[in-house]
Amino acid sequence: MKIDLTETTASKINKALVEGRRAVGTPAIGMVLTLVIVTDEENAYDALRAANDASREHPSRTLVVIKRVSRSPRDRAKARLDAEVRVGTDAGTGETVVLRLYGEAIDHAQSVVLPLLLPDAPVVVWWAVNAPLDPANDPLGALAQRRVTDAYAAEQPVEELSGRAQTYTPGDTDLSWTRITPWRSMLAAALDQAPCTVTSAEVEGEEFNPSCELLAMWLAGRLNVPVTRKVSPGPGLTAVRMESSGGTIVLDRPDGSLATLSMRGQPDRAVALKRRETSELLAEELRRLDPDDIYAAALKYGVDRLADTDAQPAPQAPAAGEDAAAKPAAKKAPGKKAAAK
Amino acid sequence: MSSSNPLRDALDRRLPRIAGPSGLVIFGVTGDLSRKKLMPAVYDLANRGLLPPGFSLVGFARREWEHEDFAQEVYEAVKEHARTPFREEVWQQLVQGCRFVQGNFDDDEAFETLKTTIEELDKAQGTGGNFAFYLSVPPKFFPKVVQQLKKHGLAEQKADSWRRAVIEKPFGHNLESAQELNKVVHEVFPTNEVFRIDHYLGKETVQNILALRFANTMFEPLWNRSYVDHVQITMAEDIGIGGRAGYYDGIGAARDVIQNHLLQLLALTAMEEPASFDADALVAEKTKVLGAVRLPKDLGKETVRAQYAEGWQGGEKAVGYLQEDGIDPKSKTDTYAAIKLSIDNRRWAGVPFYLRTGKRLGRRVTEIAVVFKRAPHSPFDHTATEELGQNALVIRVQPDEGVTVRFGSKVPGTSMEVRDVSMDFAYGESFTESSPEAYERLILDVLLGDANLFPRLEEVEQSWRILDPIEEYWDRHGKPAQYPAGTWGPAEADEMLARDGRSWRRP
Repeated sequence: MKIDLTETTASKINKALVEGRRAVGTPAIGMVLTLVIVTDEENAYDALRAANDASREHPSRTLVVIKRVSRSPRDRAKARLDAEVRVGTDAGTGETVVLRLYGEAIDHAQSVVLPLLLPDAPVVVWWAVNAPLDPANDPLGALAQRRVTDAYAAEQPVEELSGRAQTYTPGDTDLSWTRITPWRSMLAAALDQAPCTVTSAEVEGEEFNPSCELLAMWLAGRLNVPVTRKVSPGPGLTAVRMESSGGTIVLDRPDGSLATLSMRGQPDRAVALKRRETSELLAEELRRLDPDDIYAAALKYGVDRLADTDAQPAPQAPAAGEDAAAKPAAKKAPGKKAAAK
Repeated sequence: MSSSNPLRDALDRRLPRIAGPSGLVIFGVTGDLSRKKLMPAVYDLANRGLLPPGFSLVGFARREWEHEDFAQEVYEAVKEHARTPFREEVWQQLVQGCRFVQGNFDDDEAFETLKTTIEELDKAQGTGGNFAFYLSVPPKFFPKVVQQLKKHGLAEQKADSWRRAVIEKPFGHNLESAQELNKVVHEVFPTNEVFRIDHYLGKETVQNILALRFANTMFEPLWNRSYVDHVQITMAEDIGIGGRAGYYDGIGAARDVIQNHLLQLLALTAMEEPASFDADALVAEKTKVLGAVRLPKDLGKETVRAQYAEGWQGGEKAVGYLQEDGIDPKSKTDTYAAIKLSIDNRRWAGVPFYLRTGKRLGRRVTEIAVVFKRAPHSPFDHTATEELGQNALVIRVQPDEGVTVRFGSKVPGTSMEVRDVSMDFAYGESFTESSPEAYERLILDVLLGDANLFPRLEEVEQSWRILDPIEEYWDRHGKPAQYPAGTWGPAEADEMLARDGRSWRRP
């Protein structure tokens, strides 16, 4: 059932939630977390659908914060809050409140969200687009244990990563990191099977896909070897090659779904590595709400320490601890070269 | 295996446990279990990215099939029964490792073919010689198959690879036959390479009993004789014996269900806190509590067995057990069994555990109900609490997995009246089919060599020690009571509890 409220307040919304629950006859609620989605009108529908799907695994109260653009100076001066309360079958397995903020209220979204949080349950904020530069110090982000951004949606994904590294606070995470979990687990499984020392690695994938950089940084940090970032037309990540004492290990996925794992002394094997839906990514993200230290380590490795594809041989990695954003210009290089080819 | 792998880190909890290079050989691959549970579970595991690249599935059966026919059969089973959506690329990964071996269990040639198939898979798919043999066959064939595996060197444990045996219930029909069976299997496979499947233990809710008890503070202080009045463990089915007459007659409900599922649930409910969650620590606690189980003195009064009679169930007419096809009209096999057990230890002395199971009961349900004592003193007058029952905590194992807590609450109004209300928790995952099937978890654990969720030899023998005297008593005395199909069992079972001043919960 849906309840529309215009020019409303948080306490009226709370009342509507209780009424809605009574009306559909399910006063007992087993919701495990509050998910706050911050988005614009354009992306709200997709984001909410993904959240509803994910709520099948994680029953949650979903608060969608939509910041409306006001056209006239008069509208901008006037604060207004509209809400749409959905309970029952319209809201996945939990409850959904779509909040539309106008005028000055946009800058005070936390004042609306705070009273609507589930008591005692964890809070996750997900910025579907336009994530703030410093999520932990954003007024909405400050309410949450877990802050989910998506560098893939950013205008300059690779720069975005450097920014994230600078402002990283435990509890931050990024969907472009979530996207590579199957790759990481397959690569780890490959090394389980053939214990060997990796001497260098190469990550190949489409331009402007921060997942490639994250995977490369993770490999570089874990294996302590130079890792090269190579650009391909995609889709997404297309290959990882690792040179090792036991020969080359290649995980190659040209078509975005079925990959081939090749290792010396072993037959080539097909591996399903499908690109996943946002709802699946979100469900994975909600599974654990503690800080992701491995993500932090990969992120802080620094994008600029990745070797460029054409710069042969791989330059000496700068000393650890160097400021990640010291050389922002270097990051553009792969993109320019790809365009020139 | 992971400690030396630089890509693995205990902190990295996104990375799932992927089984190492391995394959699964299913004997009796044309059976129902294999089609409805095993093959779909293998696919679901692959779909969730938990199987190693090159994982191989070998079917062994009498049917004259080519590899392609077998692959087609797997394809259809997966399409129909898999929990997760069908995805072509996952299927492509799986189908490369599908093989079929045709033969009888006494056919030496077939086992040689199986051996060469496995060797070929090691080369083509990189399975590394690691194979689990799933014996989805009637128990009378176990000795034959196991012997054949030994004879053809298929069960040999090499230094850097493993061979495992997976067996399904029934693990014998009494202590003697169970020991016999164990001897046969352990002659060929070492103890830690034998996995006994009790699919109940693979269920999320059953694993959640441990979480509920040992990860919380609020339940454990009440979990003893000071507060618990009694415990009821129920597993009810609404179906009859269906086409399983040959298997069921002579076995009965107690052997089929109480010996394994219900006693396992009892052990998990009643055991002390294990030192850790590894297999050894768990089995130590479970055997300890099963060893403390005592039978009632008067088996005639404290146990009930019955057969379903003709009746109406859910709007359909159901025939009685004795009228089922293939059942001897004079059969004394129980389709319903209820027993009262006590546990002689400091925690549970004097708290009865009532176990019941049956076919053709009201509805399909499995639950554990911990019923608490009444409050020692009530400041309310009698009329106020007339409708107040005993507090209870119910763990609903299936279906509709969750936990219900029942307690008293004031009825709104000007007078003081206290009535039972329940507080309900449904497991988040139970909202959809996305909660993994028990078989997925168990097959993965077999491939990983993780024996946590598998009953050990000791537990099986211990539970037969509990059940054998009851079965013997039943053999010698009287005959089963009758209950109309679609009801909650015979009047005798109600009387059994009434004598203790208690009554069965309607689940």
